[in-house]
Amino acid sequence: MKKVSLEVNGKKVTKEISNHTILSVFLRDILNLTGTHVGCDTSQCGACVVHVNGKSIKSCTAFAADLEGSKITTIEGLAQNGKMHPMQEAFKKLHGLQCGYCTPGMVMSAVDLLQNNKKPSDSEIRKWLEGNICRCTGYQNIVAAVKEAASKM
Amino acid sequence: MKTFNYHSAKNVKEASKLASSNSVFLAGGMSTIPSMKLGFANYRDIIDIKGIKSLSGIKVSGKTVKIGATTKHVEVANSKDVKKAIPSLAALAEGIGDPQVRNRGTIGGSIANNDPSADYPSACIALNAVIHTNNRKIDADKFFKSMFETPLKSGEIIEVIEFAIPEKSNYQKYPNPASRYAIVGVYVAKHKSSVNVAVTGAKSCVYNDKDLAKALTSKFSSSSIDNFSISSSGMNSDIHASAEYRANMIKVFAKKAVDAC
Amino acid sequence: MASLVGSRVERKEDKKLLTGRGKYTADVNFVNQTFAYFVRSPHARAQIKKVDTSKALKASGVVAVLTGADIANDKIGGLIAGWRIKSEDGSDMKVPAHPPLANDTVNYVGDHVAVVIAESLDEARNAAELVKVDYKIMKAVVSTKDAMNSDQIYKEIPKNLCFDWLLGDRAKVKEAFDKADKIIKIDLINNRLVPNAMEPRAANADYNPSTEEITLYTTSQNPHLARIIISAFNGVAPENKLRVIAPDVGGGFGSKIYPYAEEVVCSWAAKKIERPIKWVADRTESFLSDCHGRDHVTHAELAVKNDGTFLGFKNETIANIGAYASVFATVTPTYLFGPCATGVYKMPAAYTNVKAVFTNTAPVDAYRGAGRPEATYTIETIVEKAARELGMDPAEIRMKNFPTQFPFQQTLVHSVDSGDYVAGLNKSMEVADYKGFEKRKRESESKGKLRGIGLCSYFEACGIAPSPVVMMLGCGIGLWESAEVRFNPTGNVTVFTGSHSHGQGHDTTFAQIAADQLGVPIENIEISHGDTDKGPFGYGTYGSRSLTVGGTAIVKACEKIIAKGKRVAAKMLEASEDDVEFSNGEFVVAKSNKKKTIGEIAFACYLPGTYGEVKSPLPEGEEPGLKETSFFDPVNFSFPAGSHICEVEVDPETGETKVVKYTAVDDFGTIINPLVVEGQVHGGVVQGIGQALYEECRYDNSGQLITASYMDYTMPRADNLPEFKLDWTCTPSTTNPLGTKGCGEAGAIAAPAAVMNAVMNAIGAEISMPATAEKVWKVCNQNKKRNSEAA
Repeated sequence: MKKVSLEVNGKKVTKEISNHTILSVFLRDILNLTGTHVGCDTSQCGACVVHVNGKSIKSCTAFAADLEGSKITTIEGLAQNGKMHPMQEAFKKLHGLQCGYCTPGMVMSAVDLLQNNKKPSDSEIRKWLEGNICRCTGYQNIVAAVKEAASKM
Repeated sequence: MKTFNYHSAKNVKEASKLASSNSVFLAGGMSTIPSMKLGFANYRDIIDIKGIKSLSGIKVSGKTVKIGATTKHVEVANSKDVKKAIPSLAALAEGIGDPQVRNRGTIGGSIANNDPSADYPSACIALNAVIHTNNRKIDADKFFKSMFETPLKSGEIIEVIEFAIPEKSNYQKYPNPASRYAIVGVYVAKHKSSVNVAVTGAKSCVYNDKDLAKALTSKFSSSSIDNFSISSSGMNSDIHASAEYRANMIKVFAKKAVDAC
Repeated sequence: MASLVGSRVERKEDKKLLTGRGKYTADVNFVNQTFAYFVRSPHARAQIKKVDTSKALKASGVVAVLTGADIANDKIGGLIAGWRIKSEDGSDMKVPAHPPLANDTVNYVGDHVAVVIAESLDEARNAAELVKVDYKIMKAVVSTKDAMNSDQIYKEIPKNLCFDWLLGDRAKVKEAFDKADKIIKIDLINNRLVPNAMEPRAANADYNPSTEEITLYTTSQNPHLARIIISAFNGVAPENKLRVIAPDVGGGFGSKIYPYAEEVVCSWAAKKIERPIKWVADRTESFLSDCHGRDHVTHAELAVKNDGTFLGFKNETIANIGAYASVFATVTPTYLFGPCATGVYKMPAAYTNVKAVFTNTAPVDAYRGAGRPEATYTIETIVEKAARELGMDPAEIRMKNFPTQFPFQQTLVHSVDSGDYVAGLNKSMEVADYKGFEKRKRESESKGKLRGIGLCSYFEACGIAPSPVVMMLGCGIGLWESAEVRFNPTGNVTVFTGSHSHGQGHDTTFAQIAADQLGVPIENIEISHGDTDKGPFGYGTYGSRSLTVGGTAIVKACEKIIAKGKRVAAKMLEASEDDVEFSNGEFVVAKSNKKKTIGEIAFACYLPGTYGEVKSPLPEGEEPGLKETSFFDPVNFSFPAGSHICEVEVDPETGETKVVKYTAVDDFGTIINPLVVEGQVHGGVVQGIGQALYEECRYDNSGQLITASYMDYTMPRADNLPEFKLDWTCTPSTTNPLGTKGCGEAGAIAAPAAVMNAVMNAIGAEISMPATAEKVWKVCNQNKKRNSEAA
């Protein structure tokens, strides 16, 4: 067991956890932040993407014990004061989601893209999202939504 | 997953001291964590070396690029210095996994793991890398022994990878359409007196294709390997690509890489 | 108020899903819950000699370890095949018993042997390793093609043959073939796929000892069906003591239509241990034990005249249904497949013969399109081959054989009420700039690439219902749909539907329909689904049926509301009922121009009755309340159709093939929400492209699943795909008042043939799905060798 202190969505959190607690499990089962989803066991699908210190990572492939002192943002922490982030707004406007399962990871990944590249082209967006699998949308409206968000940010 | 003792090492000496036959050093964890989750690997001690500042960073001198072991792929991909000195190395880093893997995965972890379809080992071979550990320096051509095997001993930690800056170089790969690991990756580097053609993904371990290298050393043009026929013996064969396909792709990608140099 | 039907209304359900507030089954937790981990067979076929649970029972945190023997002792019934098919010789299909936990044999890798229930998932998983199962391994039957000539898996099922089914007239086909100028033949494989909804299956069952009720949260497209099966067939609890809730569900694509062993076991075991049991599949378990799709081996022949006129068609298919007959496993390769075999063409004679075989692989059931993609792929690739062999343009041969009169009586079963296939193909060719292809091909060639173009004209029978028809065809139940429209006293509305949304957007599109019908703002309408304790019984969502069947039920229920509203308004406005008109949410008497809003009427309906001085606003004899239910059973299927055109670019050096241009022109009849419909087409097309170029579920000869993770099963990703061009034609359906036809499966039906026709056009040779880089490279390499030898 290990005590970890970190900041999740702007709130300080200290918890006693097992050393082998995976970050996605920590978020979902211990903090009840179930917006972060798990869709595979091999770090491929990207449903679990969150930000650690501002950068997107797959929370299924990190130990929570390893993130002492980190600042974590999950999908629940993206909207501010009840107002959705421009990326969330764009996904809604352009129907960038269907079943919603891959969506939290997709959105968190896309937000990180715009931190790195303010005006990505279609092919840059598609390339960036290679670590996020969606089975519903065929990606077209996701790409459109990321472009829309880029134009609004 | 079975639980373990977790140690966060402050320096290389401490990390080395904590190591045993039942431990693993944790940097990005991009291979270690999935293999633990799937039950392929279990350790008594996990020794986190991410906090060791001296292990991270990029330094370019006149002839070499030195990259600290815990430097992340994204840092190599975005480094202006690397892009200037060895653009193909930055491009290789940019093509590893996906953005989330690049945000966390490290060069030292990739090399220590010696996955037969990883990208970085080909860069080490092509760029005459020297792997600096806390005990010694190991030339790349002695380092990648066989699948998932390296000469690293218990308690030995990779500190820095030192790449020779080539005159020209390029890396081309055909990724596995499912996993995106290299089915075949070919790294061509033209140094002052010789050419290396490092191949990953094709066999059980990365290797320098001496025949292609020789032909390109005598004349650095894709036409010099036009008439080459690469034997498929010893090549990997799986549901994604037969040995024959891999053998042919080595030539195709070697030519593409030379043309792109 | 402007009509909402036809508008691009943003989805009501999106905000919760985008902010991480969705509630999926894996997000549900009960106090005092335990965790289940299933012990699965590592062998494709084996006898179970002994299951020793003693060590596992002693492990830390273990609450119970249950096996097939426990299931048998408690007389829990097996999983069922929901559709009875008869063979050509009149005999009934043969199906093996399918106990939720295996008793004496296991029949595929992943088959359920035991369940370990523990205080934590880690403890359950660790203890599962201690369950010792003594297997006698037997030779597995894996190949679809050879299954009938392999070892017999079940002693009561000779040749591993479930049924040998015929639809059509062999004699008439023979006559037609005798008159033909040319017979076109193809042999093809419809590759086995894994549905891969991004949310893995999950269940959480809670037993309440005081009410003796089980509440089962599950990842279902069809909670009512899960309840009736788990009650009536598995006998876990009476229907009134079982509540099934399918909350937010992360995609289904057919794989979540029916309950699996895990839901049955968790429900039964929760009652046994009197504690909640949570089970969540990991992705490998999903690959192993979700029902797979497709897996056909087909030989087909098309008889043609030299001018391209079709005379007759035969389709001989072996369909692999896996180790057991799952709920829709037997109808998918028969009545969902056979009737569509002749495609969008006039075909004087045809038959479809399907031999369904058991193998030691995961059960195969409906996957997006279910039978219709397989039928379409066959007819559309053989038609393209006919065009090649006759030297005709692929569009021309299609146009020549399209029906032009509707209703169009199809050769095998369906009477297609409406359509305009000529207009659809013309529009598709225009949008795709079909004429400009040669120029684009030359441009590709100048970059060293090969370019090909492929067409696919399809139709599908969907809106899966009419009960009399499906029951005549062997379905064990009717397939109507229900809706209840409930006005709340303050004037807002809750609509309960028996269908289920898991990405389709019903919360929005159904609300659009109700808003238009009732003249109530869409914000004031809530769509409720997925809880058997809330709405009336229904049949769920699959087969592109929700809108045409379930949406119509909403319309019908709204009509009843308005009829009652008119009676009440007449009394309140002191007019005759015949003089009351309803529009835009108001009941108006034209003569007096007096009016009441539907909100006022709803409020009045909930006021107290007549008592002393208090006078009820309701007409005498009228019951209070404003709530109506409709069960809609259509008279026919609906028949969406369309033409898709694909262009691919092939790198002959590597064989890498990319879809570079894709045009879809579909006729879905009336479109309620174009934004949502476009999304459905995009997703369907990508699943079709996935089948054509990337996806293939592979077992090795011993029955081990090789493609059991995303490291080996290729999912289409964003960077594999181009931007698609979509357009529509519209011939409204005549069999429902909305005129809708259904859109969910179209893309997956049309895309495989369009893509593969383009690949074959590019490389000039036949090739099987998926057209992987290596397969394409081999053809290109042979072509190159042949050309250099010729030179």
